[in-house]
Amino acid sequence: MPHHKTPLALEIHDLTVAYQSKPVVWDVDLAVPEGVLLAIVGPNGAGKSTLIKAALGLIPRASGDVEFFGTTYAKARDKVGYVPQRGSVDWDFPTDVLDVVMMGLYGQLGWFKRPGKKERDIAFHALEQVGMQDFAARQISQLSGGQQQRTFLARALVQNAQLYFMDEPFAAVDAVTERAIVTLLQELRAKGKTAIVVHHDLQTVPEYFDQVALLNLQLIASGPVETTFTAENLRQTYGGRVSFLKDGAQVVGMD
Amino acid sequence: MTPQIDRRPWIIISLLAVALLLCIPLSQIIFHINYNYTLTVVAVGGAALGILASVIGCFAVLRHESLLGDALSHAALPGVAIAFLIAGREIFPLLIGAAIASWLGTQFALAITRTTRIKQDTALGIVLTGWFAVGLALLSYIQSRPDASQAGLDKFIFGQAAAMVQRDVEVIAFAALISFVLLALFWKQLKLITFDREFAQANGVNVRGLDLLLSTLLVVTIVVGLQLAGVILMVGLLIAPAVAARQWVHKLGQMVFLSAVFGAFAGGSGAIISGLDVALPTGPLMIVMASIIVFLSLAFAPGRGLIWQKWQQWRTRSDIADNRAANLPRPQSES
Repeated sequence: MPHHKTPLALEIHDLTVAYQSKPVVWDVDLAVPEGVLLAIVGPNGAGKSTLIKAALGLIPRASGDVEFFGTTYAKARDKVGYVPQRGSVDWDFPTDVLDVVMMGLYGQLGWFKRPGKKERDIAFHALEQVGMQDFAARQISQLSGGQQQRTFLARALVQNAQLYFMDEPFAAVDAVTERAIVTLLQELRAKGKTAIVVHHDLQTVPEYFDQVALLNLQLIASGPVETTFTAENLRQTYGGRVSFLKDGAQVVGMD
Repeated sequence: MTPQIDRRPWIIISLLAVALLLCIPLSQIIFHINYNYTLTVVAVGGAALGILASVIGCFAVLRHESLLGDALSHAALPGVAIAFLIAGREIFPLLIGAAIASWLGTQFALAITRTTRIKQDTALGIVLTGWFAVGLALLSYIQSRPDASQAGLDKFIFGQAAAMVQRDVEVIAFAALISFVLLALFWKQLKLITFDREFAQANGVNVRGLDLLLSTLLVVTIVVGLQLAGVILMVGLLIAPAVAARQWVHKLGQMVFLSAVFGAFAGGSGAIISGLDVALPTGPLMIVMASIIVFLSLAFAPGRGLIWQKWQQWRTRSDIADNRAANLPRPQSES
């Protein structure tokens, strides 16, 4: 591990995850400094989502340990926000957009306190940040994919975390939502916050992110985009299945 | 500005509850039903069970656990039979036997799912039929014994309201009271794990503990309802009112209350009709009433109902045919 000047938001040591006996994430070491936007990229089935779920303790780890801001997840939980894949929930659940966003405040409210006017205002403000204010009272069953994604982002925003995990937020969203997410990521970075984003679109990595982690069961490479997001590293990550066009310093890849 | 909370659905739900309550004096006037002590016990018991089952059922439906509810109730039958063989026809041993058999059945199904390649729906199907078959075989054996005439255990299959005494109603009411207090206390967390388990878990919510709470409430509800609704149809009282309520309202709290109103009506009216004529089994009558509500809701509910949707399609089509596309609502913008 190289020595980092900035404090680390996330530090993963020797993380291995296995389903039955088949490893899906193998011996990953990853250090993410505070204040960066990091993309986790890799082919389908490379263990990208599994890595962040295991880091958050949502699925059991076969081995390894994970530190958040130098401590355990249980102690740093209120500094960590999570945006699951939007396909992971049933959007026919009977509730509206504002109510979903308020769910991000349940942790701060404690066990028995009910959300009230203050919580509704905080949630509405978060919806404004993602351009969803007109949809606050809408049934979640009537949202488009992009609107679902922005609702989830607003729910993470109200958590007011220091470190955000986002699982495929750019997957199958419209252009408006994609711009909204990019703007949001830049605002988070401007506030010194960290975002770790599972990402599938190689072309936008250099534009949207500072750092990249290339994953295919094992961590192939991680670090600043300029030095890590190279044709050689991508070839190692994707095998021969990716084509490159060297255009100046930028690597353009196709999945 | 933050939108105001829309309270109109609550008013409509309350008005519906009052209107359905008025069915009681109406039935006295029109059908000359005499609400004597026995029938009152039956009616209150049926309505109380309807409320309890339909409230717990909302969570079962939203958590996609309808089949689990069915398996739990069918799996209770061998427990009832074995408890009778050991302790005789005492209500508490029978209920405890039912609960143990149910619990063992679902644990067995979960173990199959975990250790083999068999999927959960299939595992539940295996347990549901296997346990139920053992229960039926034991019941036939009990019926063939000389003391069988006193048993009346076959009533557990379809349910029998006429056999109900005040004590049974008290058991249901007590179970309902405890359940509702727990649901109210953990409302936020239960809503969160029902909608988004992973997010709840990442936020430190004790997902396993709440799972255990909900499944325990489900077992308790089924067990206290078996005598009245029967093992075969108990699941109908759980899920039918919830499914119907979901058609009309779009908030979890409103869904739970409307479901309770539907459940009270289905359970109460089913119990009253079967209480008037012992030949009519209670479970089927309750479920017939609940099913009527479901079909009306699936057809007529605004927004989600079939007729509403057909009418919308027809209107859109005729607008286009008449070249009145300008009348159509504008395509929703994404911003």
